[in-house]
Amino acid sequence: MKKIWAIFRKDLLIELRTKDSFNAMLFFGIVVLVIFSFALASVRDFIRSAAPGILWVAFAFSGTLGLNRMFAAEKENGCLQGLLMIPVDRGIIYLGKMLAATVFMLICEIIIFIFTLVFFNLTVWQEIPWLALIFLVGSLGFAAVGTLLSAIAVNTRMREVLLPLILFPVVLPILINAVEATNIVLNGGGYGALRLPLSIMSVFTIVFATISFLLFEHVLED
Amino acid sequence: MSEKMQHRVDGVLGAILILLMIFALYMAFLGAPTEKTMGDLQRIFYFHVGAAIAGMTAFSVNFVSSLAYVVRKKRRWDNLALSAAEIGVMFFVMVLVTGPIWAKPVWYVWWTWSPRLTLSLVLCLLYVAYLLIRKYIEDPERKAMVSAVFGIIAFIDVPLVWFSIRLWRDHHPSAMLETGGLSPAMRPAFFTCMAAFLVLLIYLLRRRFYLQSMRDDLEWLERQADNAR
Amino acid sequence: MTNIIEVSKLAKHYGRTSALRDLNLSVAAGEFIALFGRNGAGKTTFLRILAGLSRPSSGTFRIQPDGGAKLQYVRGAIGYLSHHTSLYADLTALENLRFYAHLMDMPSDDGFLAERIATVGLAGREKEPVRNYSRGMQQRLAIARAFLHNPGILLLDEPFTGLDQAGSDFFCRYLMKAKSEGKICIMAIHDAGLGYELADRLIVIEKGVAALDVPRASLTLAEFQKKYKAITEN
Repeated sequence: MKKIWAIFRKDLLIELRTKDSFNAMLFFGIVVLVIFSFALASVRDFIRSAAPGILWVAFAFSGTLGLNRMFAAEKENGCLQGLLMIPVDRGIIYLGKMLAATVFMLICEIIIFIFTLVFFNLTVWQEIPWLALIFLVGSLGFAAVGTLLSAIAVNTRMREVLLPLILFPVVLPILINAVEATNIVLNGGGYGALRLPLSIMSVFTIVFATISFLLFEHVLED
Repeated sequence: MSEKMQHRVDGVLGAILILLMIFALYMAFLGAPTEKTMGDLQRIFYFHVGAAIAGMTAFSVNFVSSLAYVVRKKRRWDNLALSAAEIGVMFFVMVLVTGPIWAKPVWYVWWTWSPRLTLSLVLCLLYVAYLLIRKYIEDPERKAMVSAVFGIIAFIDVPLVWFSIRLWRDHHPSAMLETGGLSPAMRPAFFTCMAAFLVLLIYLLRRRFYLQSMRDDLEWLERQADNAR
Repeated sequence: MTNIIEVSKLAKHYGRTSALRDLNLSVAAGEFIALFGRNGAGKTTFLRILAGLSRPSSGTFRIQPDGGAKLQYVRGAIGYLSHHTSLYADLTALENLRFYAHLMDMPSDDGFLAERIATVGLAGREKEPVRNYSRGMQQRLAIARAFLHNPGILLLDEPFTGLDQAGSDFFCRYLMKAKSEGKICIMAIHDAGLGYELADRLIVIEKGVAALDVPRASLTLAEFQKKYKAITEN
């Protein structure tokens, strides 16, 4: 529907102009990579096996940053209030925001991934389509529940601190399965084994996107 | 039911509880046979699993109350949800404490990433998050609604977490903390403890709910007093 | 004529403190109400509840622009202007209005929007980011945004704060025009004189109730100010 597109486009437009979120998310993700490089120096030889975990930690942290900003930016100037006054189904707002969050995350993930390839000297060519699929489903799932929880956290006293605390336990299935799937792709295991983690991630995404869509009106406030 | 009647019920329930607990202790320590590999230490299993079952029941109560609040928006559902969440966390902390107590002497590790223990940890995280959300929102109507939504999300997340942990655990095999070596002769003790914990749950829920309702009433009175000034 | 807005026993509390205790009110079509009261008396809370931004603790209110309405349609009939401008600082005026127009099913072509921007006196500056606007200009654009969908009910929370003389004059004219079009207007305001001039009904909220609710015609400004002072200094 064109309203979802309007919301999505607006977020994208602001982001293209200011690049506030992108810069923060990207920088933070890369910093996490660097820290892990130092922390895991003793296992440099086996870095390829640690790569899935490191990658998704970086994605999760950078994604959380992006989600935080998504609604925090709306609170400036009371834009959230403006959205609330519009006679539009809250679920529409949710979908627009969720898509924007997914796209932002995906773009950052691609760039962070490229840095990972460089830092850890990995080669991946035929694995790329599979990785793309995992990144996509993972980001969708993360954003599906993250958008709702971010809307909750933004109206509390401790918004930046609260979001990670309430997000990570809930989004654990995505993280576990994404790491598992990435591991299968990078470190061998037969693509048939991908079916289970990808299924769980897909179920998670569909279930939580639906629930969030239905319940969004109860949490979106200013 | 009038308030006096409620107090009577609580009194009777409390008496039953104490008796049941004493009986459960007897069954667990004396009535049940000693497990052959782990010895007397295995007896902690009855309480470990009893607490887990009670905790899970508590979170189910939270889920139903949260749903009810979203639909009906009546204060008592919120009070019940809060009580259930707090008590559930309490039970799962018991699970997390008895786990290592059991594991250390037998398997020489403080912690094992077994599915049940890992799930217990995640459950604690989820519902502590629930309590945190409540703590940081002041508007009472918003607090109730938002935490109800989170309660629904957290509960639906649990099966997904469980399946993910099972998948993940294939790479982290753990010791046999799961079955606890339960033989048919031990079943009476097991069920007694389970019953005792469930009665404990009901008793605590009632009291906590009552406390929360009293707090609401107190606030109402304070408001009346302030307004009359 | 049936009342468009009915408020009955409205209350809102946060623990011990009550923002609203027992507010009762009826508003007929075309009424212009000036809402007075001390800081923290409950004016903002009341407007937020009417706008649907906050849920009351108890009591009811009904808004029926055409007799019986689903919440979605009611929102479409309300325009709410608060302390916040609800404008995206990094977008231009045109982009801001286009966004809201898309969401409110209003025409979103440049011509229509530019005309609206011109109505609030910002012609020629529609392609600048809102960040570069002065406070007064932002307020004007906020007015264009809040009433883009031609709502029949205007809820205003101290709209004259931060406006210079030119801005104030402009907004007074805007409100007079809205009044002549038969719109309902509930405006929270501090300036007793200005409120008295614009409104035809004066309400003072004190301690969470409507302590005074009179037609403007029944008192002179001086009498009103005396009563207002008496209520708030109690």
